[in-house]
This record gives sequence, structure tokens and C-alpha cells, in this order.
Amino acid sequence: MDYSQFLLMKPEISLALTLIVLLIADLFMGEKSKQYFQPLALVLFAAHTAINFCDCCGGSCMAGQSEAFSGMYITSNIHVFVKNMLNVGTLLVFLFSFEWNKKENKEHIAEFYLLMMATLFGMYLMISCGDFLLFYIGLETASIPMATLVALNKKRNESAEAAAKYILTAGFSSSVMLFGISLIYGSCGGSLYFCDVVKNFTAEPFQILAMIFFMAGVAFKISLVPFHLWTADTYQGAPTSVTAYLSVMSKGAAAFAFMVIMWKAFSNIDVKSTFVSWTNILWWIIVITITVGNIFAIRQKNLKRFLAFSSISQAGYIMLGLMSGTAEGMGSMVYYILVYLFTNLGAFGIISNIEDKSGKVGMDDYNGLYETNPKMAVVMMLAMFSLAGIPPFAGFWSKFFIFASAAQAGEYLLVFLALANTIISLYYYLLVVKAMFINKSDTPIATFKSDKMSLIGITVCTVGFLFLGFISQIYEQIIAWSFGI
Amino acid sequence: MEITSIAPWILLLPFLMFIFLGLTAHKFSGQTSAKIGTTAFGIVAILCYYVAGRYFFGNFSVLDANGFEVFNKTGEIYNQITVFNWTWMQMTENLTIHIGFYLDPISAMMLVVIATVSLMVHIYSYGYMFEHGHFDEGMSRYYAVLSLFSFAMLGLVLATNIFQMYIFWELVGVSSFLLIGYYFFKPAAVSACKKAFIVTRFADMFFLIGILILSYHTQTFDFDQLNADNAKHVLDSFSITDGSRGITFLGFPLITIATFCIFLGGAGKSAMFPFHIWLPDAMEGPTPSSALIHAATMVVAGVFLVARLFPVYSFAAPEVLNAICYIGAFTALFAAIIAVAQTDIKRVLAFSTISQIAYMMVALGVARFGNHESELGFTASMMHLFTHAMFKAMLFLCCGCIIHCVESNEMSKMGGLKKYMPITYWCFLIGCLAIAGIPIFSGFYSKGEILTACLENGYTAIYVVMTLTAGLTAFYMFRLFFHIFHYEENPEYATSHHKPHDQGWQMTLPLIVFAVLTVGFVFLPGFNNAITATRTYMEMPTNWTVEGISIAVALLGIAIAFFLYYKKNEKPANIMAKCPALCEFVYNRMKIDEIWYGITRSFIFGVICKSIAWFDHNCIDGFMNLCAWITQKVSLETKDAQSGNVQQYVWVFIMGVVTIAFLALY
Repeated sequence: MDYSQFLLMKPEISLALTLIVLLIADLFMGEKSKQYFQPLALVLFAAHTAINFCDCCGGSCMAGQSEAFSGMYITSNIHVFVKNMLNVGTLLVFLFSFEWNKKENKEHIAEFYLLMMATLFGMYLMISCGDFLLFYIGLETASIPMATLVALNKKRNESAEAAAKYILTAGFSSSVMLFGISLIYGSCGGSLYFCDVVKNFTAEPFQILAMIFFMAGVAFKISLVPFHLWTADTYQGAPTSVTAYLSVMSKGAAAFAFMVIMWKAFSNIDVKSTFVSWTNILWWIIVITITVGNIFAIRQKNLKRFLAFSSISQAGYIMLGLMSGTAEGMGSMVYYILVYLFTNLGAFGIISNIEDKSGKVGMDDYNGLYETNPKMAVVMMLAMFSLAGIPPFAGFWSKFFIFASAAQAGEYLLVFLALANTIISLYYYLLVVKAMFINKSDTPIATFKSDKMSLIGITVCTVGFLFLGFISQIYEQIIAWSFGI
Repeated sequence: MEITSIAPWILLLPFLMFIFLGLTAHKFSGQTSAKIGTTAFGIVAILCYYVAGRYFFGNFSVLDANGFEVFNKTGEIYNQITVFNWTWMQMTENLTIHIGFYLDPISAMMLVVIATVSLMVHIYSYGYMFEHGHFDEGMSRYYAVLSLFSFAMLGLVLATNIFQMYIFWELVGVSSFLLIGYYFFKPAAVSACKKAFIVTRFADMFFLIGILILSYHTQTFDFDQLNADNAKHVLDSFSITDGSRGITFLGFPLITIATFCIFLGGAGKSAMFPFHIWLPDAMEGPTPSSALIHAATMVVAGVFLVARLFPVYSFAAPEVLNAICYIGAFTALFAAIIAVAQTDIKRVLAFSTISQIAYMMVALGVARFGNHESELGFTASMMHLFTHAMFKAMLFLCCGCIIHCVESNEMSKMGGLKKYMPITYWCFLIGCLAIAGIPIFSGFYSKGEILTACLENGYTAIYVVMTLTAGLTAFYMFRLFFHIFHYEENPEYATSHHKPHDQGWQMTLPLIVFAVLTVGFVFLPGFNNAITATRTYMEMPTNWTVEGISIAVALLGIAIAFFLYYKKNEKPANIMAKCPALCEFVYNRMKIDEIWYGITRSFIFGVICKSIAWFDHNCIDGFMNLCAWITQKVSLETKDAQSGNVQQYVWVFIMGVVTIAFLALY
């Protein structure tokens, strides 16, 4: 065995090391030194993020794609880039939850960090898999700790209920997916490697059935309609930082993996009907997802629930990147996730900040926020604008690129429907802005001072969604890396 | 110091000042902002003088934007230098928009004009705005916008290409808008600033069309390329030869359309008929800013534009120059007549400005490349631009002092101010003598050259009109002068405990500086050394018949004014009583504003906008409301699908899979 292939797994190895060090530290830290656990965890994770970031951008770029463990594990620049994105996102979530951990979650600080890193590890595997089996293991590694995270606030009934719903439906969807995988194994030549599956995939009805079962399982993770029903309840009940994590990282990783698998395993270039079959299905799923997400979001009064539905429709937009199958499409999808990460985390950062300070998450509670906390209100407004895709914020560019890529593939009707939906989405994003700036309130949220960690996080997010769109090199670099996924 | 290293600062410093003062407006008191702004502009002015001085009198060479070593002079000919040319936007392979710094005799002269007038206005404004009861509020904003204007105007004259000029052209428009509307709580100021902006923007639309036509065919924006070798590139691009006028459009030569559209842009900024309507209203702004923008610098941008493209006009579109000269002559006479009947002192000056700018246009219009006589108009125009900037700025600043004391713009509130404000009196007198064209004052030289140029090039009719206008000018300026300083003293002055008086040094110093420049113009080094169409020394022909007639006409005008307005009498009222309708008509600016309003209201608002609004309101809004209503309904109806029941979630999940499978397989 060639041990040098372990070197390809640098992100996984450094994450696992961080995880183990923290686990041991937690075990041996005394009661008094417990207060240093959180800073330690932050510093270690930040170091892990920085090291991998430098490794990605510091010149040691790989040429093309590398495999390890006979094709089980695949990595390339874009894979490493997506992992870096997730690192940054997770770090931001850690920053936002710092204060919450100190106050509300004293007893389970270590669990919070360790479980989140464990799910992140699972996502790494999902991203880099070259085989259905590894994908499945990654998926489960990502989702089982997630259920615990959702239930972290175990004294609150809501949290427990959310976790129960999540674990039940997740178990169900995993079983459907596993069934799909086993059908694939049976119908595609007795192998689960993507490269073997695609050779034998000829879009026979049986194979398509298997593929649909598989797709349903992944669509559940990305919360595409009609597999989305768990989303709102879980998002609302989970601790806000976990919700933020679920809505961005979990979704982003699954979407990227979904894209890779669909094009690698189910798209035989020589047999056009193979990818026609699933792009047709996806076409309908995208339309329904965007529309349903939007229509439900209009009615929401709880901001976390509101963002849950908004994230469902955003997931629909993300899926547009799958339609073309070109490097532009894939790159613009990664870019979309990147922008969405900063924007949505910015919004969640503010929500969790306000929830920490005042315990309020209702849309009506935000009435008159501008009067008392003008800076928060302005950042929230900008985040909403970016989510709605108003120029010149990054959200506009990411939507623009992803629409352009779908239009290139000739999906004009789909792009038109998506565009029409952005108008609806503008309505409900502006509802939040209206609440903060126009509506008057007798009992507005009192003026408060945020803790430093959240402020750093919010600032990073704001800078991200304000300026990402102006630095065209980022987009171009992602496109360049996306060739040959 | 190297020119290349200081040139960028001439543009950067005012811009940074604008940002700095704008952002710190609420941090500093008004006085502090004023001091910072004035000091910074003082530095800019020194840089401008240095660059212009080196260019005219020094001997230096720079590595220009293309990497060639260029001297400011080759023999007696001044060279055009592109000091730097920074690529801003690449449109196509050939068409690039640059932001640069272009030094040639006329831009160097404009540097001097802008630096002088703007610096003086910066100093004067301190006194004017400070004592006028506007201590802090808005003063920082005022100085910030002054800096923005200075930046924009400098960028305009230093433009290396027509697109850069257009960008800065709009920026001066914006800063003019902001300054006219400075007293935003006065409805008149608000409507005036809107009017100025809309009218000039309307004209700028033609400017843009002209630029697009020109650059589409020539594939370049650069003045250097457009003007080089007797505009050869333009002639080739439009395939103009001796016998043919080149490409045509709707029967007109395209080059004529393009250059005429560009001129229309200039006509908007320079308030030529029929775009002049905004300038009188622009007097609602603070008086110092009127002096800077609406008398000395921005309003001559149109003249500068034509002068900048003069080779193109002269070689490729001489018929447009003819049109310019007729429009100019008409505007000059027309504005002078209206000025006679105005009673608001700033309005009189505004119409006089329109009339004087028209002189410059006429001078450019009669000029052609060829020999000394035919090129005279170009130099005369630039000379008049320079002298007019100085004495008209002074007149406006004097008006500012007067308005400050009297607290009214109306002539009827004034009279007999001579003994109260001696310095203002003498400065105003010098200004009036200069604009009337009395020898030894600067206006005499430039106006004389313009009239000579008209006659020498065979535009006899125009010459007659312009001479007549000169007489009118002398008349209305001295009518103004006598009305303010002699006539009958307003009895309120003597009893008031707030007697009129000369203002503090900040407001008096600029007057004196301008007065010295106006009187001492004759000692300045000759314009004919450099600022000529061929950028080299030129013999300035002096036609003593023309000069004699113009002096006689001016004296006649002054005499009539003296006769009517020196002492209070019934003669003016009697004359006006004989033809009340005419007086009313002229006082109302010959109803041109009403014609514009009529067109806008009845046609644009009434016909076009109304129908579009109907369509928008009923069809588009109706459809949108329908969509919104459907969305709301669906949202309301489907709310229950999200029940919170896990069994149902799983049921939907599996049904989803089955449905998709069914649809995909059958």
C-alpha cells in the first residue's frame, strides 16, 4: 500500500487531529480550566482553517484530480476549495455561538464543538467520495451527530421535538437511499464506484427507479420539495447556531456532492437519455422547490422558520447549477454556495445575537429595530437584499451567474420561472426590512451591545456579501478549478 | 519638481477634499471645514500655477503616456502633452476610455482661470457664508461641494479624451445642481436646481449622441487623434474629401450631425438660446458659487469644448461653425435686450453672462484655420473667456457684498450705496467699464478682437449685431451700476442701526485681486504668444476703425444710462409707460420659459407620460396585483400542509418518490 496517498487527505487529517485533541482536552480538563475549552477550540479550529486555506491558496495547487484508496477518495482543487468554504462557515458559526455557549449551554460546550466537527468530517467525506458507500458513510457521519446537536437544548421541549422529527425522517430517508444504492449495485454491474456505475448506467427503468430512490435521499438533506417537510420544524426548534449550520453547511456540502454524483455516476456521455432522464426530474423539483419555499415563506412570523423556507427556495436556485453540466454551471453553483454562506450566516448571526440578548425571534419583535439598534438593522437589511439578489450585492452576482449558466444550457423557461420567483422572494425579504425600518413598536428590542466574537463574525459576513461580487478573480478561479470535476 | 509627479495631485487633492469634508461634515464646525477646504485648494492653486507657468514660460520635457519624451515647446510651437493617461475601461479592442491629464495652451490657461476664481471664491465664501447667519449648518457641505466642483472642472479641462470630458461634464452638472439647491428649504432654489439639471441633462443627451456617432466612426475618443494633422483621421473615417461631405444620414452629412450634437451639449452648459433658461434661475444659489460656476468656469465649458475640438470643426464641419456663430449672435443680442428690463441685480448679471458667452461662441464661429486673420477669432474667444471670467466673477462677488448689506436682490431696494461701500463701488465700476469695453480695462481688448474677427472674416451682419449688443451691454451694466450706487438713496439706510458697509477682508480681498487683474490685464504676457489655433505666435491685427466704433457705442450706452439713472427722475418710468406690453414681454424673458413649459406640460406630460402612466397603472400594475393576489391566496390555502406531524411528512416523502418514479418512467 502506498501510504503517500494519505497526504491527499490533509483536510480530513487535520480536522480529525483537531477533533481528537479537543476530545482529550475535554476529558482531562478540570472543572476550573473548563472555561478555557472554548477559546482553545476556537483557536485550534481557526488554525485548522488557516492551514488548509493557505494550503489551498498558497500555491500547492494540484494539477487536475487525484485519487486515493483505489478511487474511493477523490480530491482536486475545487474539492479542497469547498472544504475550505465549509471551514470558514463553521468558524463563523463558532464565533456566533460563543456567547450562547457561555450562557445557555454551559454543560455541553465540548459536545457542541466536537459534534459539529464530527458532522463536518462527514461532509468532507461526502464531498470527496468516489464511491456510493463512502458517500453513505459520510452522509450518516454528518447527520447522526446533527440530530444530537439539534437536541442540545434538551431542556426545551421544542428542541427535543425538532431532534426527534429530524432523526425519524432522516432515518427514513437514509433507508430509502440505501435501498436505492443497493438497487444500483444490483443493476449496474455489481460495483459502487462512480466510474463503474456510469459505464453500466443506460437509463433502463429499473436503474432510473434506483436513481430516484437515491436522489430522494440526497434531496432530503438539501431539503428539496417534496422531501423538505422536516426543515421548518427542525430549524425552528434547534438552537439558532445549529440552525445556521444546518441551513448553510449541511445544505452546501450535500448540494455539491449531489452535483458531483449526478454528473459522475448517472451521466453517460455516450447515452444522452441518461442525463436527460434526471435533468427532467430535477427541472420539476427545482420549480416546485422554489415556488413552495417562497409561498410558505410569505406567511412565516418566526424568523428562524422564515429563513428555513427561504433556504428551501435558495436550495432550488442552487440546483440550477446542475442543469448545464458545464464548468460554468458547476463553478457558479459553488460560487452561489459561497455567497449564500456569507449572506445567510450574516442573517443568522444577527438573529442569534438578538435572540441571545432579548430572547425574541418573531418578525413582529423586530419592529422598530432601526430605532434602537441601527447598525444591526442595516446589516440585516443588506443581508436581505443580498439574499433577494439586488445589485450590487454578491447575491445578485451569484444569481446572475447561475441563471446565465442555466440559460446557456437552453433552460429558458426554467430561468424565467426562477426569475419570476425572485420577485416573490423580494416581497418577503422586504417584509423583514419593513418591520425593522418602517413599522413602529411600543416595545422595541432594547439597545444592546454585542459581544466581540459575534461582531467579528457579522463583520466578516458583511464584508463577504458586500464585496465578493466585485472581485471577479474569485469567480474566475472557481470556474477554472471546476473544469473536469 | 517633475510635472508628472505633481499633475495627479491637481485632480486627486480636490477629490480627496470632497470625500474628507463630506464624510466629516458633522464632526467639524463649518469654519473648520472652510479653513481646511480653502487651505487644500490653496495648495491645488499653487500646483496649477506652477504647471501652467512651467508650461508657458519654462522649458521642460516629460515622458508622456506613450513613453515618448515630449518638450513643452518645439521652437515657437507649444506641444500638446499627455502627462498621464490611465486606462479606466476597455470597451472594445480599439475603443478604450482613459482618464488622463492633457496639457496644451488652452487647458493651461483654464488651469489659471479655475485656480484663481475658485481660490478667491473659497476665501470669499468664508466671509459670505459665515456672516450670513449660516454658521455651521451646511457650511461643511458647501465646502465639500465646492471641492467636488473644482475637481470636476479641472478634470473637464484636462481631459485627454472626449469621454473623460463627458464624465467630468456631468460631474460639474451635479455639483452645480447641488450648489444651486444649497438653500434646499427655499422652494425657488429647489425648482431652480431641478430646472438647471434637467435642461443641461437634456442638452447632454445630444452631446452623448454626438460622442457616440463620432467615436463609432473614428474608433477613438482621444482629442490627440481627432485633432491631429488637421483632423485627418476624422476626415478619413467619415470619408470626407474635397468634393464630398462623406457619409450622410437623412440627407445630412453625418459629421455635421455629430459635431452639431456635440455643440448642443456645449450650448446647454453655456446657456445658448434656447437652452439658456436655466441660468437666470440658477441665481438662487449662494452668490459666491454663482460667481464661480455660473459666471466664470462651468458656463464656459461649452466654449471650451468647441475650442478643444476646433480643428475638427474647422476642417470637417465648417457649416456647424457657421451655425454656432449665428446662434451665438442671436443669443448675445437676445440676452442683452432681456437684461435691460430685469430688476433683480443677479438676474441682470446672469443675462449679461449669457450674452458675453455668446460673444465667445461667435468668435469661435467666425474663426477658421488658414491665415492670421481667419484664426483671430479663436484667440479672441479664449481671451474673452479669460477676461470675462475675472471681471464677471468680480461683479458677482460685488453683488454678494451688496446683497449682504441690503438683504435683497431687487434694484428698487438699493441706491446711493456709494458713500457706504467705497471699495465695492470702485470694484464694481471697474467691472462695468471692463464689460462695456472701455480702453485700458481688460474687456476692451478681448471684445475689440472679437469684433475685428467678425468683420475681417466677412461676417458683416454679425459684426453689426455684436456692436449693437456691445452698446446695449454698456447701457444695462451702467443702468445697474447707477441704480445701485447713485440714483436715490434708500431712506432706510440712514435710520437703520445696521448701516451698509464694506465687508471684512475675506470678502474684500478677492474683489481687489480681480480688480487688479482686470486693470492690469494689459500687462499680462500676450495671449497671441501661445493661445492660438496653431499654438504658436500670431500677429494680432488691430482694426482701429472697429475699436473706435466700439468705444463710441459703449460711451453712448453709458451716456444714456447716466442720463436716465444717475439721479432719480421720471424719465425711465415715462419711457416704460409708452410701451407697457413690450416692457412686460421683455421683463418676462420673452416668454421662452413659458414655451418650454408649454411643450413639456402639454406634449410630454399630457400626451406621452399620461398614456404611459395609464398603461402602467392599469395593465402592468393590474397584472402584478393579480399575481400577488394569487400568490397570497395559494400561500394561505396551503399553509395547513405543514402540520408538524411526522407520519405525514414521511407519507409525503414516499408519495413524492412514487410520483416522481411514476412520472419519470411513464
